[in-house]
Amino acid sequence: MAKIKPRVKVPKKADIGEIITIKTLISHPMESGQRKDKKTGETIPRNIVNSFTASFNGEPVFEAVVEPAVSANPYFEFQMRVPAAGEMAFKWIADDGEVYETSKKIKVG
Amino acid sequence: MTGSVSRRGALCIGMGAAAVVTLGRVTVAFASATDDAIAAFTGGADAKSGKIAVTAPEIAENGNTVPIEVAVDSAMDGDDMVEEVIILADGNPNPGVATFKFSPLSAEAAASTRVRLAQTQNIVAVAKMKDGTFYQDARSVKVTIGGCGG
Amino acid sequence: MISRREFVQAGMAATALTGLGGGWSRAAANQVLTQDALIGMKPVGNVTILHITDIHAQMKPIYFREPSVNLGVGMAEGHPPHVTGRAFLDHFGIEPGSPHAYALSSVDFAALAGEYGKMGGLDRASTVINAIRAERPDALLLDGGDTWQGSYTANQTKGQDMITVMNALKPDAMTAHWEFTYGGDYVRKVAEALDFPLLGANIFDAEWDEPAYEGVTYFERGGAKIAVIGQAFPYMPIANPRWMFPELSFGIREKRLVELVGEAREEEGAAAVILLSHNGFDVDRKLASRVDGIDVILTGHTHDAFPEPLMVEGTMLIASGSNGKFISRLDLDVREGEVKDFGYRLIPVFSDVIAPDPAIAALIDEQRAPYEDELARVIGQTDGTLYRRGNFNGTWDDVICDALLSQRDAEIALSPGFRWGTSVPAGSDVTVEDLHNATAMTYPSAYRTEMSGEMLKLILEDVSDNIFNPDPYYQQGGDMVRVGGMGYRIDVRAPAGERISGMTHLASGEPIEASRDYVVSGWASVNEETTGPAIWDVVEAHFTDIGTVAPNGQAAIDIVL
Repeated sequence: MAKIKPRVKVPKKADIGEIITIKTLISHPMESGQRKDKKTGETIPRNIVNSFTASFNGEPVFEAVVEPAVSANPYFEFQMRVPAAGEMAFKWIADDGEVYETSKKIKVG
Repeated sequence: MTGSVSRRGALCIGMGAAAVVTLGRVTVAFASATDDAIAAFTGGADAKSGKIAVTAPEIAENGNTVPIEVAVDSAMDGDDMVEEVIILADGNPNPGVATFKFSPLSAEAAASTRVRLAQTQNIVAVAKMKDGTFYQDARSVKVTIGGCGG
Repeated sequence: MISRREFVQAGMAATALTGLGGGWSRAAANQVLTQDALIGMKPVGNVTILHITDIHAQMKPIYFREPSVNLGVGMAEGHPPHVTGRAFLDHFGIEPGSPHAYALSSVDFAALAGEYGKMGGLDRASTVINAIRAERPDALLLDGGDTWQGSYTANQTKGQDMITVMNALKPDAMTAHWEFTYGGDYVRKVAEALDFPLLGANIFDAEWDEPAYEGVTYFERGGAKIAVIGQAFPYMPIANPRWMFPELSFGIREKRLVELVGEAREEEGAAAVILLSHNGFDVDRKLASRVDGIDVILTGHTHDAFPEPLMVEGTMLIASGSNGKFISRLDLDVREGEVKDFGYRLIPVFSDVIAPDPAIAALIDEQRAPYEDELARVIGQTDGTLYRRGNFNGTWDDVICDALLSQRDAEIALSPGFRWGTSVPAGSDVTVEDLHNATAMTYPSAYRTEMSGEMLKLILEDVSDNIFNPDPYYQQGGDMVRVGGMGYRIDVRAPAGERISGMTHLASGEPIEASRDYVVSGWASVNEETTGPAIWDVVEAHFTDIGTVAPNGQAAIDIVL
């Protein structure tokens, strides 16, 4: 499988109190558990990103509990009111136990 | 949901999802699974209309990845807070899509994702407010094998 | 914006001033059409907008028969453009047999085509544009898209012939639809080299959902700021092959339009907001009823032509036809931050009346020169008029379906309900140019496959819902898929999935069985892996076999009204 790499779009700089939009994408097949292997006829086991969380300086911002109906390469977009300078941390957890993480710093002023 | 595409042969046909064979109708079984999921989420409480809005394209460009947005009108401050929003697709074999959880740092209780739709159906979203009330909205998305642009 | 009441007054004034149709009627009464009578209009206000749309790469004059069947459902039923033929003439008070009637309706098309001749030609369009620019040097020329596709030479040059000739006409902005079937990257590259913007407020990148094209541009005219917002065809990835522009996402995106209109009015101080749209008329009619602040929608995509504007909740809708047959001139009086008055004229480009602009004529000939011999090559003859436009099979479609049935040895043929495709008069030779005017595009493979009766029903139901859904936002434009070898009954007002009945395999007279597989041939599949000969080769082989086609326009489709 290709290396799974998350990508996020976060403004590098914002004013305190400003509302910013955050966009995230992770390349992941989101194997639903419903498909059959064309050659063997066997069901391909489910392996989806089942959880996505975003936090800022350790405080939760947004969280998604994810079902197989979310598309491959799951995309999430949400907002945050910037309380201070700091670091935004993102975490994706897949059924197979893999955890993918990335983070971005936001400056203020 | 990315199954056989061997039937795709006709003119102008661009099935987003392969599973287009149930056209324009939502089977009762799926719809009732959606009702059950809503009841489980609300604990049987009434979900009112208003406050919450689902945005989705009228016609899916690709049934495998349909962009949807839910937005709840809330100050996200004090008691006027959205705790979570459940999103369901009432024409999928399993209606569950996702649950979004917001926080005091969420300036707006609004978020977007992309979903798989097996056929023409409704995206249903129910918001749970901090005060224990629930709000609901739905938006119909057509999943089509395509027409012929003029 | 013009209020409804003001519109009625303004509309009456405009009628009095320009005599909507009056110029034509006068010309007809005198048995002469003159260039001045066709173009002339008493100017109004301080801003002039010229609109041309859906040229479909027709650089030379053409015949184009308007539809005789164009059914409306829901709130559109019985309203233009869903009145056709004699009812259309009655609706707009047009005298049968007049130039107006020939240009705008299907009534007596065959006879009137002989009398009034071909229409359009970009060299004639240039004469019209130059005449108006002589009077209003800063008139805006806006191109509604579907400009680069639809002819042999356009297909050979990836639309470069049209790009070159249109550049010479100096448009101020355009939007797009079929342009993208030359490839998303290609359009991007061409657009970057244009001297004017290709606008698409609803064109987004599919990955990050961010605007991929400029949505709005501004012009200072007559002391007023004019916003022109562009709206590309919303259902590009559904109606045309998504794999050709995988990086883009479209849609109506009403919210985005509301934002742009707000930005134009409040932040930029625009006194008039124009939407250069490729939504299709019914979509624009609904949009006008929902989005405030748009003064004018220059409609496109559905190829409708009206002799006067249609007013919806304070927004004026203009329908300028297709194939270069018409140019709209809209004069606006923009003062004190709003549109106070207007004048409108739908200028019919009668090619025998309006003199070609020699410079543009030479430029067109230059584009065609490498292909002239092939364009003129005769492939056969037709006894009846060949045309496509209309909700169901046109005669061109019957010929194409017959070709698919015989040349691909199929039981059933399917052909797309495109609205482009010019007409060929009865008793004419059919040339390569004529054939390509009805088929030229970038995914022409004529497939041959098996489909169950159930699948065929699904296709007819699904395509019919894209035309007859009572909510225009769920329509894609285009017309019903054309069929050969099969008849059916359609109730356009029935709900989705229940419109089609009585499907019959014509050769056997037997009902189509849901579970049986049928050999089906068709073309213009949006699937990347489609294989088969190009449709124009299939149709040419058919002409070679039979020599003269004799379409009777009697397709086995029973329309429940």
